[in-house]
Amino acid sequence: MTETTSDAAFVEFRRVQKSYDGETLVVKDLNLAMPKGEFLTMLGPSGSGKTTCLMMLAGFETATHGEILLDGKPINNIPPHKRGIGMVFQNYALFPHMTVAENLSFPLEVRKIGKSEREEKVQRALDMVQMGAFGNRRPAQLSGGQQQRIALARALVFEPELVLMDEPLGALDKQLREHMQFEITRLAHELGITTVYVTHDQTEALTMSDRVAVFDDGRIQQLAPPDQLYEAPENSFVAQFIGENNTLEGVVKSIDGDTCIVTLDDGSEIDAVPINVHQPGERTKVSIRPERVEFNKERLSPDAHTLKAVVREFIYMGDVFRFRMSVAGNDEFIVKTRNAPDAVRLQPGQEIEIGWLARDCRALDA
Amino acid sequence: MTDASHTEGPMLAADGTPLKQSLARSLRRQKLRALLLIAPLLIFVLFSFIVPIGAMLFRSVENSIVQDTLPLTVEALQSWDEKSGELPPENVYEAFVRDMVVAVENKQHTRLGTRLNYEETGMSSLFRKSGRKIKKLDPDTDGPFKDKLIDIHDGWGDVKTWQVIKTHAVPITNGYFLNAVDMRRTPDGPQMQPEDKRILVKLFGRTLFMSLVITGACILLAYPVSYLLATLPMRVSNMLMILVLLPFWTSLLVRTSAWKVMLQQQGVINDTLVWLGLVADDARLIIINNQIGTIIAMTHILLPFMILPMYSVMQTIPPSYTRAAKSMGATNWTTFWRIYFPQSIPGIGAGSILVFILAIGYYITPEIVGGTKGVFISNRIAYHISSSLNWGLAAALGTILLAVVLILYWVYDKIVGIDNVKLG
Repeated sequence: MTETTSDAAFVEFRRVQKSYDGETLVVKDLNLAMPKGEFLTMLGPSGSGKTTCLMMLAGFETATHGEILLDGKPINNIPPHKRGIGMVFQNYALFPHMTVAENLSFPLEVRKIGKSEREEKVQRALDMVQMGAFGNRRPAQLSGGQQQRIALARALVFEPELVLMDEPLGALDKQLREHMQFEITRLAHELGITTVYVTHDQTEALTMSDRVAVFDDGRIQQLAPPDQLYEAPENSFVAQFIGENNTLEGVVKSIDGDTCIVTLDDGSEIDAVPINVHQPGERTKVSIRPERVEFNKERLSPDAHTLKAVVREFIYMGDVFRFRMSVAGNDEFIVKTRNAPDAVRLQPGQEIEIGWLARDCRALDA
Repeated sequence: MTDASHTEGPMLAADGTPLKQSLARSLRRQKLRALLLIAPLLIFVLFSFIVPIGAMLFRSVENSIVQDTLPLTVEALQSWDEKSGELPPENVYEAFVRDMVVAVENKQHTRLGTRLNYEETGMSSLFRKSGRKIKKLDPDTDGPFKDKLIDIHDGWGDVKTWQVIKTHAVPITNGYFLNAVDMRRTPDGPQMQPEDKRILVKLFGRTLFMSLVITGACILLAYPVSYLLATLPMRVSNMLMILVLLPFWTSLLVRTSAWKVMLQQQGVINDTLVWLGLVADDARLIIINNQIGTIIAMTHILLPFMILPMYSVMQTIPPSYTRAAKSMGATNWTTFWRIYFPQSIPGIGAGSILVFILAIGYYITPEIVGGTKGVFISNRIAYHISSSLNWGLAAALGTILLAVVLILYWVYDKIVGIDNVKLG
């Protein structure tokens, strides 16, 4: 990756490896560089190593190999309490025996900040998350969303330059989660803090981040802004993991510059963009987003390859229609169309022809 | 509005009866069933535990023996002024002979003697020795009795004897409780026991003090162990837990006897110290049959009762709290003292109550390793139950012990709050 040795990097992982038992690597050769002020999300299924990376950055786990740099200085041997990194935990970790104000005041107290300044900062931090009137409550008296705000305020009250968040919205219901996603990104940008955010929720990752690092099997599979990640996945794991995706398996027939022809397993041929296939004869998984599939022939280019499809199911979802079809031996092929006035409602059993623009169809590793 | 909540008066159910009544009726069946289910246990506990203990505690004030054995004498003594320093008049002696003839017939007079002997030594032998001779007197023809009785035993010519009988003639007495706090009933009201008989208050004090020391020692020793148990990986902590529980499962007597082997002057500890040259052979440590022995052995025996509640509380403190504190810049010590320790206090509280209450009533261990200086109040209770047979005093001591525990429990609830205690 090109970003790995950027001089302007604020947070940098260099060839970091981590093993807990000396037999398997949880994190394999991690290289990552973040500029100051960036909101970066580590996204991946559980066990992919993302939380371990966060814990290494916070100092609660030591890297087995490699270097972690903060603002150009290696921090491998600096204990967590001297790193000055704010952190929001999955279960908030608000101290139950202290009031909200005492919780916020704690990081300031250990920094030996005077009482009046402390109170002022605590109040400002509480106001920032719209919890100004809750200073005297105990955490147990607050709702989940309120606790979340307090945890956020506590991580920010001592003005750290780097804030780590470990699945902070996991315990909230959908509406509250969406609201808090917005709040967190707003605060992060307003305050100009560098944020590392860990989640397994891809919507969260896409809506909040400047860049997303998709983790799997201890490696970063792709590090890119959300739109690139969704529209131009670099391998089939990312294509599968981010958003809804249709996969068709086949063999590359021919490659011609930035297009190729793939022979699917049932014999039909389609156009695709070769991403990580390099020569004819290679097996490939072709990836196409449900909303990029077209069954209105007029909208397709005349020479485009088309496939036969049988509609299996029609699902009404309000804003979109969702069709499940059988295409080239795949019974789980999904097509989505917007619920526009002229939208066609295909009926189960109907046979149609579908196609797409070659650039929306990506031939990835098998 | 026809909504029920807006009508005046109590809320009504659909059929017009008050809602409360209706609810009670619908729950009655359930309550009855619950009561029926616990009935066997309730009856068992009631008759095998609560009633006997209640009866035992009642003995601490019950004192009808004097009035039952000497009803006429007690009545005659009413008109005698015990503070005058003069012997009671002839009618008292006559009544006494009448009572005694009946009592000796029923063999009750020695029991009365024993009872009064608790208050004044010599009373037992006075009653026993006089009994047979008084029986030969005929109350109707042989009077006057005053001189005859004094002839039989000069104790009857002592004002003190009659004072004791009169002071202890009440059917419900505070005498045992006074005895329990080193006082006694006298004609001039409650007074302190003579200097050489005052031991019980000191013993209560020692029991409380030593229980506190044992509780403190248990806290100090158990805290790090519980911390390890709660933080180490499962495999290691299970191992440690077994080490904690093994002695816990061993018989109390065996453990105490083991300490006897360890602590005596020719025992393992002293031998090792001498062998190491830390202690001279002729200056071996005296660590048994005194307070040190009791404290060492009881601390060890009660330790699991401190570790287990502490552990169960510490286990529930998520590691994310300490992590959060450290991420905010707190040093290890600050994190422990400000974050971890306050959250572990309920465990300390629960363990302390448990250990203290167990310690304050401990009997076997002080009996075996305590010698004379290291015994507790319960050893004294046992002595009065099984050796001196002064059950009244034993009951009074037991009642006081129970009251002390309840008061401490109440104080603890006020200060720490019993809701904060987690026993498991």
